[in-house]
Amino acid sequence: MATFTLTVNGQRQTIEADPNMPLLWVVRDLLHLTGTKFGCGVALCGSCTVHLDGVAARSCVMPISRVGGKKITTIEGLSPDGGHPLQQAWLAEQVPQCGYCQAGMIMSAAALLASKSAPTDADIDEVLDQHICRCGTYQRIRRALHRAASRGKA
Amino acid sequence: MSAPAISRREFLQVSAAGTAGLVLSFYLPLSAQDKPPVVTPNTWLKIDPSGDVSLWVARSEMGQGVRTSLAMMLAEELEADWARVRIVQAELNPKYGDQTTGGSSSVRQSWPMLRKAGAAAREMLRAAAAEKWQVPLSECTAREGAVVHAPSGRRLGYGALAAKAATMPILQDPPLKDAKDFRIVGTPVARVDGPRIVTGAAQYGLDFTVPGMLYAAIARPAVFGGRVKSFKADAAKRVTGVRDVVEVPRAELPIPFGGKRGGKGHQHFLWGGVAVVADSTWAAMQGRRALEIEWDEGPAALESTAGMRSAFQEAALRPGNVVRNNGDAPAVFERATRKVEAVYELPFLSHAPMEPPNCTALVRDGRCEVWGPIQNPSGVQAALKLALGVPDSAITIHITLLGGGFGRRLNVDFPVEAALISRAVNAPVKVVWTREDDLAHDYYREASYHRMRASLDDQGRVVAWWHHIIAPSTDAFYEGQVSPDDGGAEIAGRGMAAGTVPNFRLEFTHVPSAVSRGWWRAVDATFNTFVVQSFIDELAAAARKDPLALRRELIAPVGTAQPNPAGVDPARLRRVFEMAAAKSKWSSPLPQGHGRGIAGVFGWGSYVAYVAEVAVDSGAVRVERVVGAVDCGQVVNPDMVMAQVEGGIVFGLSAALKGEITVESGRVQQSNFNDYPVLRINEMPQVEVYILPSTDLPGGMGEPPVPAIAPAVTNAIFAATGKRVRQLPIRNMA
Repeated sequence: MATFTLTVNGQRQTIEADPNMPLLWVVRDLLHLTGTKFGCGVALCGSCTVHLDGVAARSCVMPISRVGGKKITTIEGLSPDGGHPLQQAWLAEQVPQCGYCQAGMIMSAAALLASKSAPTDADIDEVLDQHICRCGTYQRIRRALHRAASRGKA
Repeated sequence: MSAPAISRREFLQVSAAGTAGLVLSFYLPLSAQDKPPVVTPNTWLKIDPSGDVSLWVARSEMGQGVRTSLAMMLAEELEADWARVRIVQAELNPKYGDQTTGGSSSVRQSWPMLRKAGAAAREMLRAAAAEKWQVPLSECTAREGAVVHAPSGRRLGYGALAAKAATMPILQDPPLKDAKDFRIVGTPVARVDGPRIVTGAAQYGLDFTVPGMLYAAIARPAVFGGRVKSFKADAAKRVTGVRDVVEVPRAELPIPFGGKRGGKGHQHFLWGGVAVVADSTWAAMQGRRALEIEWDEGPAALESTAGMRSAFQEAALRPGNVVRNNGDAPAVFERATRKVEAVYELPFLSHAPMEPPNCTALVRDGRCEVWGPIQNPSGVQAALKLALGVPDSAITIHITLLGGGFGRRLNVDFPVEAALISRAVNAPVKVVWTREDDLAHDYYREASYHRMRASLDDQGRVVAWWHHIIAPSTDAFYEGQVSPDDGGAEIAGRGMAAGTVPNFRLEFTHVPSAVSRGWWRAVDATFNTFVVQSFIDELAAAARKDPLALRRELIAPVGTAQPNPAGVDPARLRRVFEMAAAKSKWSSPLPQGHGRGIAGVFGWGSYVAYVAEVAVDSGAVRVERVVGAVDCGQVVNPDMVMAQVEGGIVFGLSAALKGEITVESGRVQQSNFNDYPVLRINEMPQVEVYILPSTDLPGGMGEPPVPAIAPAVTNAIFAATGKRVRQLPIRNMA
């Protein structure tokens, strides 16, 4: 066990954990931020995506000891009130079905939009083909991403 | 399929709400022996003095939108203001009637009873206003959460009327709205859980916690039917955070309902194994890795996919059990000059919902409470009763959101595991499955092998159709024996040939297997539709007919038809095919290497047809576009119907293009999404959905969109390449 000081969604938190414990289980079991999901445990499905200093990362394969001083953002911290353009676009397009994979999708989409304000379908594929949705919301995800991007431009 | 008849013994009643508002209940007798209502009847709706309306939803939300669509039915008849509606997830309670979420049944079964409950409450509110104002009832109109008296311009909100309404008589057969007057039903109401989903606040089973809760990971036998012989827990107990190690017994859990033959019920079971209980999920998983277990693998260790295929091939040489027979297909086939024969093969498939199985339980002082992503709460209760030896009254079941279901969570294994471990460690416990656990311990869509034979007459009409299905029966797995109509109960209808081809024979042979089988979204229709809709294309090619033209012949009787046992309406089936063909410009030319294929299905009260367009390049298949036409009767929420079709196409394409579970030495060979891949966004075709307007009773839409996509795609591959795909998943065509 070791002590780690983390910055999660703008708040500094100190936790005790096995240094090998993945960030996923730290945020879920120790910090009780359960919006970040467990889907595969081996970085194949993207459900566990968070931001580390604004860059999308798979928290299920990221030992807590390797997070260092990077700022962690989870879906709960993406916006103070659910007002991120992607969250609004997701609702406007009625993207989610079961919704379980959607936090990871939105976090990757947010990182994409931050680096590319008007992504093409190919740009979207390159990032989101690392994610899995079993309900089949892909077509709406694409639409929502384009909608959020066009709102950002206006 | 008709709606369930409303028994005369059902009735509405009002709870003692006093001045607190109106609480309307709807009593549903479970059987003829059932007693009239007891003290706390089930409650569908509550109107607070503030005017807020609470609506109870008694089915499980797994992405199909049931928490929205069922509430829409109630709100429609209630004339509620949708903006003031709050959804409450019902716990398991027999007074809600059937709470199993499966068989695309939620909308179909709820439609009559929820409308009636909403309408009865509306009539009480109207009556309260009429009495208050001393005006004729006929002059009082309910609309958007208020009753209005037009002649005088008076208006009272439901909140102000609720207490008085609770004293009004309850109409047992309240007038229902005409479909043309619907304001909520038939509109694309946004799903109620959307805002919580996109902010991470939605709570699935895995997100649920109770104070003092521990986490458990279970090492289950890799081989089907295996058992723990002995184990050493010392190393596991030394892992930081591990609290305890307990054995979970392998156990049979015969549930006394759900069987086809009435009374026998379903045979569920616990996998058994060794559970590591810890103070975090990670510690439980690490502890599990440190277990040393000696397994008794049992006889199933000899089973393999290759061995099963040999058994299928041998069985295909012998006659099967005749499920359905018209005329004399074997005799007509034997003497025919134009014969078509083919063999089709489909693999086992896993459900792989994104949220792996999990459940939280607290067993203490003779009581059991569980919280989890459950599709079958009454089955879970029956299983807990057996496993724990406590009465139903001591069991409380809470249903969280489900991160996908697809039939996996109709099984009762994961809640019983949680309860047994909780009892053993005397603490609340959440059992967490990994993806590897899930893929190796699923209830798989059965593998199957199909011998197809048919003959054509001089005009190219199909005169004999002979289909022999060979499979490890799912009914046999759950019920302990093969049922007479196994594997093909509904094929006659779904396949279109029965009832229209004069000589028709359907045979079934059960091949024993230790592999656990279960209901996978659309169940037997997934393989039967692939085979039948593909073989129709093969016959069209042999008869030199357009595939759509041959389907028209097979939908309309051409011979000595008998009434279709599945209750298909040929006009509705034909309409979806024609619509899909028209919208896809079926007969228009396509570039070299491209092809178009058509297929359709009916069942669960709905009709779906697809035209798929594929491009085949160096043997690689790309599905570019799918045009879908749907007739699901009265549409409750058109956007959710669209979503179900988009999703059903993705689910079906994952299976058609990639899905395969194989078995070697009695264990599943796939472990995670690397070797059990599913469709991703870069492979998503452009999907267009057309919903045919209808005032027929609402049909289900969870399952109907799945089965027809695979044959639409393989028929398109044939059109593009001349090569017929007879084995799923589709391989490279080069």
